[in-house]
This record gives sequence, C-alpha cells and structure tokens, in this order.
Amino acid sequence: MERLLEVKDLKTYFNTDDGLLKAVDGVSFYVDEQEIIGVVGESGCGKTVTQLSVMQLIARPGKIVGGEVIFEGRDILKYKPHGEEMRAIRGGKIAMIFQEPMTSLNPVLTLNQQLSESLMLHLKMNKEDARKRAIELLRLVGIPSPEARIDDYPHQFSGGMRQRVMIAMGLSCNPKILIADEPTTALDVTTQAQLLELMTEMVERFRSSLIIVTHNLGVVARYAKRIYIMYAGKIVEEGTCKEIFKHPRHPYTIGLLNSVPRLDTVGKRLVPIEGLPPNLTNMPDYCAFLPRCPYKTEKCRTSPMPDLRDVPGEGHRVRCYVDIAEVDNVTVK
Amino acid sequence: MSQSNEIILKVNDLKMYFPVTRGLLRKKVAEIKAVDGVSFELKKGETLGLVGESGCGKTTVGRCVSRLYQPTGGEIIFEGEDIAALPEKDLKRIRRKVSLIFQDPYSSLDPRQSAGSIVGEPLIVHKITKDKIDYHRRVETLFQLVGLDPALMNRYPHEFSGGQRQRIGIARSLASNPSLIICDEPVSALDVSIQAQIINLLLDLKEAGETELTYIFIAHDLSVVKHISDRVAVMYLGRIVELTTPQELYENPLHPYTQALLSAVPVPDPEIEEKRERIILEGEVPSPLNPPSGCALHQRCPIAKPECREVIPPLSDRGGGHLVACIRA
Ligand SMILES: Nc1ncnc2c1ncn2[C@@H]1O[C@H](COP(=O)(O)OP(=O)(O)OP(=O)(O)O)[C@@H](O)[C@H]1O
Ligand SMILES: Nc1ncnc2c1ncn2[C@@H]1O[C@H](COP(=O)(O)OP(=O)(O)OP(=O)(O)O)[C@@H](O)[C@H]1O
Ligand code: SF4
Ligand code: SF4
Ligand SMILES: [Mg+2]
Ligand SMILES: [Mg+2]
Repeated sequence: MERLLEVKDLKTYFNTDDGLLKAVDGVSFYVDEQEIIGVVGESGCGKTVTQLSVMQLIARPGKIVGGEVIFEGRDILKYKPHGEEMRAIRGGKIAMIFQEPMTSLNPVLTLNQQLSESLMLHLKMNKEDARKRAIELLRLVGIPSPEARIDDYPHQFSGGMRQRVMIAMGLSCNPKILIADEPTTALDVTTQAQLLELMTEMVERFRSSLIIVTHNLGVVARYAKRIYIMYAGKIVEEGTCKEIFKHPRHPYTIGLLNSVPRLDTVGKRLVPIEGLPPNLTNMPDYCAFLPRCPYKTEKCRTSPMPDLRDVPGEGHRVRCYVDIAEVDNVTVK
Repeated sequence: MSQSNEIILKVNDLKMYFPVTRGLLRKKVAEIKAVDGVSFELKKGETLGLVGESGCGKTTVGRCVSRLYQPTGGEIIFEGEDIAALPEKDLKRIRRKVSLIFQDPYSSLDPRQSAGSIVGEPLIVHKITKDKIDYHRRVETLFQLVGLDPALMNRYPHEFSGGQRQRIGIARSLASNPSLIICDEPVSALDVSIQAQIINLLLDLKEAGETELTYIFIAHDLSVVKHISDRVAVMYLGRIVELTTPQELYENPLHPYTQALLSAVPVPDPEIEEKRERIILEGEVPSPLNPPSGCALHQRCPIAKPECREVIPPLSDRGGGHLVACIRA
C-alpha cells in the first residue's frame, strides 16, 4: 500500500487570554491508500484541530506553527490557505465530514445546490450532469426517492438523513481521503452503526482512505486497522488495532479500556481515571498524564515529557517512561 | 444489590400524547404519541434501565413518573397510591420522594446560585431542616456523599467541571431523601474518562443512603445501562418491546429490535468484533405523529409477516419474567 498522507510534527497553537494553548503539539501520523485509521481521545485533546490543520482550516487566534503535511508526495502546508491548490484539495481530494451536520450544511441552499456546486467546482461538470450525479450519490447513501428530495432544504431532513447527506457530500468528488470527525456522537447507536457501516462501505467502493475521529474506542475496534490515542495535544500511543486492544501500554489507554462498561462483560466495577483532563494552557514540561497516572515514578516527575518510543508489536509506539508490561501483568478486563 | 420484594412503583398502560396545534386559536390538528401504553413494575431497591433510540419516549416516561407531566392516560402507582392524576397542589409531597437527575450538567444548574444553595434548596422547599446549623450540616454531608469538597460550597456552577457539576446535580437530587431517582442520561454529556466516576457513585449511593434507593436509569448507551441495571426495558416508538435482566437480554434477546440494537453496540475488542454478526435495520424510526399500524417495527423488521401490520403485539412473559412484544419471537 502506498503512503497517501503523512503528517509530521504538526503544531497548532491558539493565542488565548489565558496564554498560549498548544492544541496540537507535535503530532505525527500517516494513512496509506485505502486504509482506515482511528484517532481516539477525549474532548479537547486536539483531534479536530489536528484534522482542520491538515485542511488548513485554522482561523485566528489559531496558527499552524510547525510541521509538514505530505499529501501525494508534496507538503501541502506550503500552499496558501486560500490559494488555488489548497482549494482543489479541500473538498476535492480530501473531504471532511463534521461533527454537527447543521453547521456544515447551508440552511438556505437546497441539496442540489450544495452538491452540484462542489461537483461543478472540483470535477468541472455542467449543471445537468452535476444534478444527475447528485441524485445518484443521494441514492447511494440511502436517501429514499432522491429525485423528489434533491430540491429540499436541510431542515426538511431528520438528523440521521442529514448525516447521510453529509456523507454524500463528502464523497461527491471521489476524495482520496475522507475524514469523519465524530460524525456520530449526537446520534444513537443504531443510526451510528448504520452510518459507520455506510461510510466504510463507501470508502471501499470509492477506493478512498478513511480517518475516523472519535472518543469511542469501541467504534475503532470494529472498523480501523490502526489507531492513534491522543491526550493533551499529543499522540500517546499508536499501533495496530489488535496490538493496542490486546497489549495496551500507555496508562491512559489502559485507563480508557477499564473505565468503560462493556456489553460482553458483567458486573465488574469500573475503574475510573482519577482527576480531570488537563487545561491545555500552561502545560507543565513533564508528562501531561502524570497528575492522573497510577504508574507514575520519581523519574516521570523529574524528566521532560517522554518521547514516543518503539515497543514490541508491529508499529506499536508509546509515550511513557515506564515499561508497564514489567510493572504488572496488565490486565484489561 | 439489595432488593426487597416490595413493589414501589407500578406503571399501568401509561400514555402521554402531546397535542400539535395550529393557528391563533391553537386548534389541535394532530397528536404525538410519545408514550403509548407503557407498563412495568419496580421493586424497592431495584434499578430499571430504559434504552432505545432517540425520540422513543424514554424521557417522557421519566417525566410522567415524576409528574413533571400530567399523563394522558394510565396509572402510576407509587408507594400504593395512584399519582397519575393528582392535582398540582398534592404533588409537592411526591416531588420530595421522586427526584430527577438531568442529562446536561451545564444547563440544568442555575448559574446564579452557589453550589451549596443549589444542593440545599430542596431542604428549604420541603422544610426538611430545623435550623441554619442543621441545614449546613446536611448540605455538607451531601457534598461529602457525592465526593465533593464541602469547601467548594460557595462557588458557582461555572467554576466546576462537567463531572463535578453532575455531582452537584446528584447531591441536590438526594437532598430530600427520595426513595426513587430518575436518572435521565446522567453520563451522556460527560467525558469518557469521567463517566465511570459518576456510574460508580450512583452504584455506591444505593448502598450508602439512609433509605433504600430505587433508580430508573435512562440512556441510549446499552453498555452503560446493562452495567448499572437489574432489569432493562427496551423501548421503541412509545412502547416497551422487551424487558428482562441485562444478562438474559445480552445472551438471549428475543425481539428483532433488541437484536439489532445489541449488534449495533461496538465492543472494544477487535477479535470479538470480527466474529460478531451485525443486524442493521433498514430505514428510519417512524414518526410518533404518524405511527405505523400494528407492530411499530413492521416496516423495518427482517422477520415481519403480513399479520404484523394488523395486531399490536402485547408484552408477554416467555418464562422467568422475560417479557417480549412480538408475535414471532
Ligand atoms: N478557536 C479556538 N480558540 C481557542 N481555543 C481553541 C479553539 N479551537 C479549539 N481550541 C482549543 O483547542 C483544544 C483542542 O480542541 P479540539 O476541538 O481539537 O478538541 P477535540 O479533541 O476535537 O474535542 P471534542 O472531542 O470535544 O471534539 C481545546 O482545548 C480547545 O479548547
Ligand atoms: N413537550 C413536548 N411537546 C411535544 N412533543 C414532545 C414533547 N416532549 C417530547 N416530545 C416528543 O415525544 C417523542 C418522545 O420524546 P422523548 O424526549 O421522550 O424521547 P427520548 O427517548 O428521551 O429521546 P432522546 O434519546 O433523544 O432523549 C419525540 O417524538 C419528541 O419529539
Ligand atoms: S511517563 Fe510516567 S506519568 Fe507519564 S504516563 Fe508514563 S508512567 Fe505515567
Ligand atoms: S411483531 Fe412482527 S414486525 Fe413486530 S417485531 Fe415481531 S415479527 Fe417483527
Ligand atoms: Mg472535535
Ligand atoms: Mg431523552
């Protein structure tokens, strides 16, 4: 498989009243062609800002202050955010489906107007062909009688339908990469399952890659080949899905796995992660997880933030000083 | 979990229809059948989970039972008394015994009130404490009970994190010493790493309280509901379609809707996921404004037969208290 996208040491900071907020602080990840990856972490850890940075959609007070985004062999961070090249990539070769569909569908335009616009812009289609293609796309994502519904406005659809429309829009220009940013948290499980199933089916059909951004570890277990766990603006663990679930090595990953109830186990007491997620301004220079970490040692306190290091297992890397496999026989229930 | 055989709550054929009105005279043009014939029993000390897709009527059931709504029909027998039709003036004593925890820890607390006075308000409303000292002692105990430092009593909601605010909401709901607490999505708005703290707290409170607590636990996350409940009721379009213990529900789901719901919940283990079968229901949840005839699932059900369009299947016992509403299950 060819490397399609490689993000290297990406840094995106916000200048806030409380000081410099390092939302994304040295994030590196990659996606191969036709690969599905997951980016997991709790609210505020920098998942969305990371993906928005890839698309150069960061507005003030935010700024991409460092790193490279290599897409099809070129560093697209070198392109001007509003220039021709970046516009061709955004919505064309890389498409993003946002968390809240009502904010990304234009309420005053019909579905046809919105879908056709991007088809005409990116694929240079004429009006008639664009409409035909738009109908076909709506049918693909399961909108019943699309010919009749294509001239409706977003508010005339239910939440689940709007999500489907978003997926149709994301796929409209045959993107190489589809980024799905928690497309599902506002929805309940059955709709969520339908949509994720739809998305994975669609990226397979379109031979695209998919980045699933979520806080639900279960979701990525089902669909992703590799996962990245994020905490406080940094990747703290990465590896194949199987590796990470079988041999989690970062205390935060272990904490996440032990703190969610599972459908297939009974009555075990949950082990919460103590404390709170950190505020990303004025971060200490030691390990960001230290205040909540049950494995911390004196070394963690006196050393700088650990680097990601290789551990046994394919592509498995972890940002932690302690070799947890040696400290105790890690048991994830 | 401690549990007696005493029935604390019995809901019989509960109905809640919301009128849809039009025009200046607000003429009724239609009805939303949000809850349409729900029945269940709850033992003292038990936790009943309510699950189902968005809009199926879970919150409405909770609000009827706590009499925030006056139901359109049916009985709500709480501690031996039918409270379904009680007039407003008699509701205060019910509200003391039935309290609610809301989903959103951000909007459910009054931002202008200090945390202490939010928690203590029910003590004053229900004239529970004798004097200032007693009041303070009680609020302090409530703070400690939910794991909040009483020193934070004078702070305002915006100074707390989501998890801490949910603790404030829980402390308040405990203030009047209720016997039944309706928890409406108490963890859905919280960070994953914080959810477990609140779930454990709710479980611990059942053991710790002065009176035996009974919960109705509403959530759309089946894993959470299964974890905390003694029995689980699955709702679809205003009705209960299956009701049994969490273990039985997981191992032996009988209703096609429950089977689909279970298969949609991801398990955080790729090896198990690979082997799991997925049942995806086609189409969307029908509208309670215009519910389908017969079994409400018939347009989406993979095993529907023509007669499913005609009859509303009753909730019947398939052995050991496992209730199902399906003519083919
Ligand atoms: N426009 C902005 N101004 C200031 N800070 C911002 C801005 N946008 C994001 N941030 C901060 O950047 C950090 C990362 O935010 P981001 O939206 O990437 O989180 P996330 O991981 O996507 O969370 P969620 O799961 O809630 O979507 C947060 O601390 C957030 O407060
Ligand atoms: N006050 C109201 N007036 C009119 N309709 C209402 C009212 N409250 C609820 N409904 C409708 O009744 C149905 C059931 O709503 P309810 O809030 O009980 O669902 P729910 O199962 O709690 O959903 P969710 O998981 O989204 O919270 C929905 O169709 C809703 O739109
Ligand atoms: S480096 Fe130390 S404090 Fe940080 S996660 Fe590892 S053990 Fe915990
Ligand atoms: S009654 Fe018929 S339509 Fe309803 S769930 Fe059973 S088989 Fe399906
Ligand atoms: Mg986000
Ligand atoms: Mg609700």
